Amino acid sequence: MRKMTIKVRLFATLRTDRGKEVMVDGPEAMTCRHIINTLEIPEEEVAILLINGRDGQLDTPLSPEDIVSIFPPVGGG
Amino acid sequence: MYGYRGTVLRINLSTGDIKKEALDKELAKQYLGGRGLAEKMFANEVDHKIEPFDVDNKLFIAAGPLSGVQTVPTGGRYMVITKSPLTGTIASSNSGGRWGAELKFAGYDMVIIEGKSEKPVYISIVDEEVTIKDAAHLWGKMTSETTEMLLKENNEKAKVLNIGPGGEKLSRIAAVMNDLDRAAGRSGVGAVMGSKNLKAIVVKGSSKPEVADKDKLKEVVKRVNEKIRENGVTGQGLPTYGTAVLVNIINENGVFPANNFQQSTFAQAEEISGETLADKYLVKRVGCYGCPIACGRHCKVDDIESGGPEYETVWGFGADCGVSDLAAVIKANYWCNEVGLDTISASATIAAAMELYQRGLIKDDELDGLSLEFGNAEAVIEWTKRMGLREGLGDKMAEGSYRLGEMYGAPEYSMSVKKQELPAYDPRAIQGQGLAYATSNRGGCHVRAYLISPEILALPEKLDRFEANGKPEWVKIFQDLTAAIDSTGMCLFTSFAMNADDYADIINAVTGDDYDAASLLATGDRIWNMEKLFNIDSGLGKADDTLPKRLLEEGIVDGPSKGSMSQLDEMLPKYYDVRGWDAEGVPTEAKLAELGIK
Repeated sequence: MRKMTIKVRLFATLRTDRGKEVMVDGPEAMTCRHIINTLEIPEEEVAILLINGRDGQLDTPLSPEDIVSIFPPVGGG
Repeated sequence: MYGYRGTVLRINLSTGDIKKEALDKELAKQYLGGRGLAEKMFANEVDHKIEPFDVDNKLFIAAGPLSGVQTVPTGGRYMVITKSPLTGTIASSNSGGRWGAELKFAGYDMVIIEGKSEKPVYISIVDEEVTIKDAAHLWGKMTSETTEMLLKENNEKAKVLNIGPGGEKLSRIAAVMNDLDRAAGRSGVGAVMGSKNLKAIVVKGSSKPEVADKDKLKEVVKRVNEKIRENGVTGQGLPTYGTAVLVNIINENGVFPANNFQQSTFAQAEEISGETLADKYLVKRVGCYGCPIACGRHCKVDDIESGGPEYETVWGFGADCGVSDLAAVIKANYWCNEVGLDTISASATIAAAMELYQRGLIKDDELDGLSLEFGNAEAVIEWTKRMGLREGLGDKMAEGSYRLGEMYGAPEYSMSVKKQELPAYDPRAIQGQGLAYATSNRGGCHVRAYLISPEILALPEKLDRFEANGKPEWVKIFQDLTAAIDSTGMCLFTSFAMNADDYADIINAVTGDDYDAASLLATGDRIWNMEKLFNIDSGLGKADDTLPKRLLEEGIVDGPSKGSMSQLDEMLPKYYDVRGWDAEGVPTEAKLAELGIK
């Protein structure tokens, strides 16, 4: 099975014990669900999920060049 | 009276008359309190066409029925209402801290300032005792020194509201500051206070507002506090990182304006983010009166320790001026509070000046050796001071970015709506927020309707930010609910966790009224229409419900939102229709009758 690596940016409290930016390995066309499982991020901690700066879904298949950004619940103004 | 104290304090600085008047409870039923009630009273007694610095313009400083009511979460807010010297609209500028609650403890819902003193004065309010005092020794002083001196010569436990040199020198972007570093920042309300030669209001009170149904309040407060605690934003995000946690998320979405909105991402966003602020400079978290969220920050750089910076401020002095040095941003924020200017308008005016310089319109010989190049960290600190003190080119900048641009024949480089500088979100790829900017009754503003919440933060649900369809309806609901919340004395941030029913339940328990979600939203609608009528009378019209030329005509040039254009033209007629206004944006007779607006 072919593999790929996805760049994942983490923010706010999700950085604790994980860092700001991690590379996640997985099968070709892996999904964001694979990424959060690998990084042990509970689904309810994922408030905002961006793929290349656009709204993403947990089950969207990813391409090798994609960048995933994951935010816990945050707000302000 | 429950919640309300039932007394309005009216002070005429021309004559020295001090009157205590009964609050009009019938009007309060229609307009609630704070923003709504004080605006309606202002509109009833001040000529809508008045010049903002005319002696007959007035300043209303108003708490809400929930301000200062014990156990109500975030009941520390107050509003400053006047005709804005920046926008020419009705202004209502909101602040937190403790001053608003203390005004209620002294027995008043509102202070109305009329006329103009011949020489600088301040007002002391100690319960029943109200005195106009000489302020010659305070005039020209920075806001923190003024505060310290007033606490010393009055009562260390009093609360101080004041203006800095910015307000004294009639800068159209001057703030009213309170409790050292809280600001009723927007629309130049501090300049109107300065025009009256009023430096400060010191208040100390010793009684509490009464509550209509204590058992009911206990039950409701328990419920909403649980919601606030369990909500990810109010229970975790804001307490941990403050508002600056937005830097990365807004940048990752490609709607974080840089270099005066010439770009929409900032490569060094991480360096000025809330995460970096927490790592490097945060000293402690601070909460306003009665606040379980405590989003306020205290940061320290070198010998400066001060409140803030907030997200908008970090963006303004940071990305919008091309500056990635967070220490410089913290210093600029400190000086902005000291001279008493609005951090959004001050930083955006520096950004506009930088673009005027970049385009060769402002020349080197006007700079007195202080660069206006994008990215210059020292510039944001020093130009803030010069603006507040009206030194050199700072004298022109103190007029705000639009008038600065006009002086150089290029107002299009002012990123403003109704001459008020826009905050930290590029509206071209957040369509609802763009419509909210264009239609805000106080000019460029994010907190008249914070569409970022559904369009970016997925609260209460995720909306497609690129989509125009459906946004007029969303903007109306957000504008109406916000107008109502602003009129209670509670903080808008509670709306991340609370819904309209929750607010109605708290108001009813405190005041004994009988609001529900629908009547609360109708109150907001009434307030919004009343503001709109005032602005129309003032001479504003459909042409003012717009965005800066760049944001209307050009697409985003970089980042994940590249190519996105504003769809305002499509949304605006629908919005007028949803509001029950005619094609020119004028409320119809039928709409006014429905709302009972007289």
